[in-house]
Amino acid sequence: MIALFTRDLALAIRAGGGFGLGLAFFLIVTVLVPFGVGPESGILSTIAPGILWIGALLSCLLSLDRIFALDFEDGSLDLLATAPIPLEGVVLMKAAAHWVATVLPLVLVSPVLGLLLNLEPAGYSWLVISLALGTPALSMIGTFGAALTVGLKRGGLLLSLLVLPLYVPTLIFGAETVKRGADGLATGTPTLMLAGITLGTLALLPFAAAAAIRVNLR
Amino acid sequence: MASIWQYANPQKFMQSTTAVLPYLAVLTVAALATGLIWGFFFTPDDYKQGSTVKIIYLHVPAALMAINAWFMMLVASLIWFVRRHHVSALAAKAAAPIGMTMTLIALITGALWGQPMWGTYWAWDPRLTTFLILFLFYLGYIALWAAIESPDIAADLTSVLCMVGSVFALLSRYAVNFWNQGLHQGASLSLDKEENVADVFYLPLLVCIAGFVLLFITLVLLRTRTEIRARRLQALIARERMA
Repeated sequence: MIALFTRDLALAIRAGGGFGLGLAFFLIVTVLVPFGVGPESGILSTIAPGILWIGALLSCLLSLDRIFALDFEDGSLDLLATAPIPLEGVVLMKAAAHWVATVLPLVLVSPVLGLLLNLEPAGYSWLVISLALGTPALSMIGTFGAALTVGLKRGGLLLSLLVLPLYVPTLIFGAETVKRGADGLATGTPTLMLAGITLGTLALLPFAAAAAIRVNLR
Repeated sequence: MASIWQYANPQKFMQSTTAVLPYLAVLTVAALATGLIWGFFFTPDDYKQGSTVKIIYLHVPAALMAINAWFMMLVASLIWFVRRHHVSALAAKAAAPIGMTMTLIALITGALWGQPMWGTYWAWDPRLTTFLILFLFYLGYIALWAAIESPDIAADLTSVLCMVGSVFALLSRYAVNFWNQGLHQGASLSLDKEENVADVFYLPLLVCIAGFVLLFITLVLLRTRTEIRARRLQALIARERMA
């Protein structure tokens, strides 16, 4: 499983320049927002938590269809399915590799983008904490969506339609954590709920995703 | 040996629904006509809301069925997943567009009702938001059915999606509650309708709800029959090609 993890990580970083695209997308979304809503720093700092979370979510969405597509095309997914490790473990490792390769950089640069959007000083630590806690759920849910659509020729758009409604709870609690942190309110409840959603998805969704892959490989 | 599973046989299902459907259709029309005519023409106007109160006869039953249709799809998906009865998968497929339409009816009548009462067509109230999310879930479910060619694979994948989606729909419902309390204080916009409905409005409302339940059952049976026929047609075409 660790070998699979490092292989996926290496593929994500080396192959085809896909690495960093999500990061660039996150930057561009954040830069575009002030053009859309105007440069008043008051408005920007109000909407900053939501914009940063939505930006992270969309950048995460961009790379989802790559999770299984390449392995499905060249047949390595069949090999992984017949390998001695359980398919649920494969799915979990795929999600983990996706998180480390594409989402973790987003978490790390988010304070800089928060600076661009004039986030309240108290919000920075909560921004990083909430993203670090919540985005593994995004990767896991996305992996499930990718498993559902892996057999489809043009699954990209369908994938977003399927996955985005599933992101709603994570987004709500994530953005709420940052908002409360920025306003200096207690953040305990949304943070705990966010962590709960992440742990719940990590525990349960690998089974659903593995079931979907087995169906798609039939 | 009368068990509910005998209706999993498409043959048996077609036979029994052929017998039942006419009665169901008549009952549906009767209940809907009674409820709606009673509600629209023979109930007084509300002293505060005027005649807009009559939207209740469409809004509440549609909203009720929008949720129950998803629940029915969940049960049908579970049955397909565990016991692999094709009728069950087809019934789930048949129910989805109906449920989506009910959600849309609830949203639209709600907007029309909200305009005169709240002064706005739309507010990010927990209930309204939950229904919008439910609508998106229906969209995704139907889109996944439409995207996959092999019927068995489509049935499997959509049933997995329905089960996961149910969990997330429930989660969203409570998450949205939380989110809204964080923004507005108090529920000044949400009407807790059923508790403060007087008997004059309540009885026709019950008839309307019964009518919508019957309508849903009738439509699901009809559409499931269509799906079974479509499946048979495909089999015939495939057989002809082989010969």
